[in-house]
Amino acid sequence: MAELITMLALSPTMDEGTLVEWLKNEGDSVEEGEIIAEIETDKATMEMESFHEGTVLKLLAQKGDAIPVGAPLAIIGEAGEDISDVMAEVENGGGSSAPAPTNGASEPATPAPVQAAPAPTPEAAAPSKPKRADGRVVASPVAKRIASDNGLDIAQIDGSGPGGRIIKRDVEEALKSGGAVARPAFTQSFESVADQEIPLSQMRKTIAKRLTQVWNSTPHFYLTANFDMGKAMSFRKQLNEQLAEAEAGVKVSVNDMIVKASAMAMTRYPKINVSFQGDHLLQHGESHVGVAVAIDGGLITPIVRNADRKTLSQISTEIRELAGRARDKKLKPEEYTGGGFSISNLGMFGIDHFSAIINPPEAAILACGAVQKEPVVDENGELAVGTRMKVTLSCDHRAVDGAVGAEFLIELRRLLENPFLLVV
Amino acid sequence: MRKILFRDALNEAMSEEMERDPDVFLMGEEVAEYNGAYKCSVGMLDRFGPKRVIDTPIAELGFAGIGIGAAMVGMKPIVEMMTFNFAILALDQVMNTAAKMRYMSGGQLSCPVVIRGAGGAGGHLGAQHSQSLEAQYVHCPGLKVMMPATPYDAKGMLKTAIRDPDPVIFIESEILYGSEGEVPEEEYTIPMGVADVKREGADCTIITWSRMVHFSLDAAAELAEQGIDVEVVDLRTLRPLDKEAIRKSVKKTNRVVVVEEGWYWASVGSTVADFISRDLFDHLDAPVGRVHQRDIPMPYAYNLEPLSLPNKDNIVEAVKRACYVD
Repeated sequence: MAELITMLALSPTMDEGTLVEWLKNEGDSVEEGEIIAEIETDKATMEMESFHEGTVLKLLAQKGDAIPVGAPLAIIGEAGEDISDVMAEVENGGGSSAPAPTNGASEPATPAPVQAAPAPTPEAAAPSKPKRADGRVVASPVAKRIASDNGLDIAQIDGSGPGGRIIKRDVEEALKSGGAVARPAFTQSFESVADQEIPLSQMRKTIAKRLTQVWNSTPHFYLTANFDMGKAMSFRKQLNEQLAEAEAGVKVSVNDMIVKASAMAMTRYPKINVSFQGDHLLQHGESHVGVAVAIDGGLITPIVRNADRKTLSQISTEIRELAGRARDKKLKPEEYTGGGFSISNLGMFGIDHFSAIINPPEAAILACGAVQKEPVVDENGELAVGTRMKVTLSCDHRAVDGAVGAEFLIELRRLLENPFLLVV
Repeated sequence: MRKILFRDALNEAMSEEMERDPDVFLMGEEVAEYNGAYKCSVGMLDRFGPKRVIDTPIAELGFAGIGIGAAMVGMKPIVEMMTFNFAILALDQVMNTAAKMRYMSGGQLSCPVVIRGAGGAGGHLGAQHSQSLEAQYVHCPGLKVMMPATPYDAKGMLKTAIRDPDPVIFIESEILYGSEGEVPEEEYTIPMGVADVKREGADCTIITWSRMVHFSLDAAAELAEQGIDVEVVDLRTLRPLDKEAIRKSVKKTNRVVVVEEGWYWASVGSTVADFISRDLFDHLDAPVGRVHQRDIPMPYAYNLEPLSLPNKDNIVEAVKRACYVD
C-alpha cells in the first residue's frame, strides 16, 4: 500500500518548511529511517527521515517550495504500484486541510503558498558589485578612511588598483560623481531605485509571527540598572592573560560572565526562572540560559544548560561552538528550546541600553548595553571615571512582579561587581 | 650666492669650528701632509699646525680609539676615515666604546667625537670599497648618524656634528665631493634630526638621503613631465629620525617610496618603511615602495655598477607603481 509522506514539524515552532534538497529521486529505494530530504525550518536546515520503507514513487514538491506542515511531499510504496488512489487523495487536499503546493494540485481553495518561478533573491536583484571570491573588500587604508569620513559604502565602489584594490582615486571619483554610491543616510541619491519585494525566509516569518504574538499577549515591564563593571573588567583581563599564558585556547567575554552570573542568580532567585502556562506557573528546576545570536537573516537563541554549574571557560567554549553552528543553521531543536531566561547583548555595537522582547515561554530577558567609561560620583562624593554597564530586565508581569525582578538584579549586580564569586 | 664644492664646504666647517673652539682637532690617514685622500683638509695643516691636524698610521681601530679616548676627556676630535669601508675595522671602538660611554658611566662621561669620511659607491672601486654602511651605525643606540646631500647641508650639518655632545657618524658620499652648490659666507648651522624637503609635490613622497637625493630629484623631474608631482624629502639625519617631516609629507601625498643607495635587507629604508606602515597606516593608498641596491656585492665591472645601484629609471618606476600609473 502506497504511503503519502507529508511535511513534518521539524521544529517546535514551524508552520511550514522549505524544501532545500531531495536526497532521493523517483524510483530510488528507501529504508526506514533513511534521510530523504533537507528541509529549511524557521530555525535550521534539518534532515527529514522516512518512516516507511519502499520505493519513491512520486515526488510532490520541488526544490524551493514552501510546504505547510502536514502537506504532501512524496509517495512511497512498492515499485510499480498503482498510486492513483493516493494521487486522488492529494488532489482532494489530502494529508491535511492545507492545499498541496504542487503542480498536480487542482484548483486549490486558496492559492498555494508557492511561487511557480524561483523567487528573486536579494543578491540577484540588488545592484551589488562583484566581490572577491573570499568576500573581502580590498581597499587601501586611506581609501577606507576617506570613504568612511564621507559616509560612502566602500563595497559599492569599483577598485581600479591591482587585483581590484579600491584606491584613493576611486573614492575621490565616487565622491565627485555624487550620491550614487553613497549611503542614503548621509547623502541624497538622485538616481531612482525601484522598490522591490523581498520574500520572507522561514526564519523571518517565524520571528514576525512569534514576536507579534508575544508582544500582544505579554504585559512587559522593564527594570534598568547601572552596574559597576570595573572589577569585572580587570578580573576578565587577568583571567584572559592567564588563560593565554596557559595556552588554554579560550578567551572569556563579558557576555560569558553575564551568562554565568545570570544562571547563578536564577538558582538563588528561582522565581525568575518560571513560565506562565495559562492556568499555572511552571517552575523550572535547572538554570538554562539562552544567548541571542544574530545570524544571517535573523536571530536565534541557543541555550547554555545548567550554566550555573559550568566554569566560565566551559561557557565561553560552548557559546562559541553553539553560535558557530547557529550561523550555519545547524542547531538541533533541543539546542535552542527549553531555556528559562535569555540574554541579549548589543554592547559590542556600542549601544548604551535597550529593552528586549521576552523569548517565550521564558518570563524574563536581560538586555545588556556596552561596558563604557563614564563620569561617576564615588563614595567620597568626588567625580571620578567609572566603568559601567547598563542592563534592562524585561519581565512578563503575569509571572513575575517588580520586586522579584529587582531582587534578581540585586543578586546579578552582587555577582558581577564581585566577579571572584563567579569562580567559587 | 657663491658656489663652492662639497669638499670645500666640509673644509670650511672644520676650519671654522677649529677657529671657534681650541678643543677641536682633526686626525686620520693622510689628512695633514697629503691634504686628505679626498682633499677635504686642504691647507689645514698649514693653518692649524701638526698638533691639531694629525696624520695617523693605517690603523683604524687604533686611531679611532685615540680619538674616542680624547673625546672622553673633553676634546672634540674629528676622526676622518678614508672611507667607511675601512671604518669596519674600528667598529669595536665605535659601537662598544663611543656609543656606550654616556650610558654605562651613568652620564659621567660623554663622547663628543665626529667620525667622518667617504661612503657609498665611488665608481669602479670593487665590492670592498663601494659599500653603503649607514645601517650598521643607525642600528646602534648611542650613535647619531648624519648624511648630507649638498654642500650647503654638508657645512651646516658638520658644524652641528662637531658641536654635538655625543658621537656622530658623518658619512659623505664619495661621488659628491666634487659637486658644487650654493653656500653662504655667513655663519649657519643645520640642526640635528631635521629633514629637508628638497622638492615639494602632491602625488607621492620620496624619502631618501645623501647621493640618492640627486637621483630622486632627477626622477621627480622626469615624473613631472608625465604629470606626477613628487615630493622629495631628504632625511639628512638618519638617527634621530625626523618622524614629523615624514608624517607631514605622507599625510599630504598618501604614497611613499623610500630610496636608498645601500642593500635593502635590515636597512635604514626598511626601518623607515616599517615606521610609515605602522604610524601612517590610515594615510597610505599603496604599499610603501622601496628602491635600493641589488642584493649582491658591488660588481667591479664598470657597466654593471649603475645596474646594481638604484637609478632614475627604477625610481620612476617605483613612484608610478605607488601611484597606480601603468
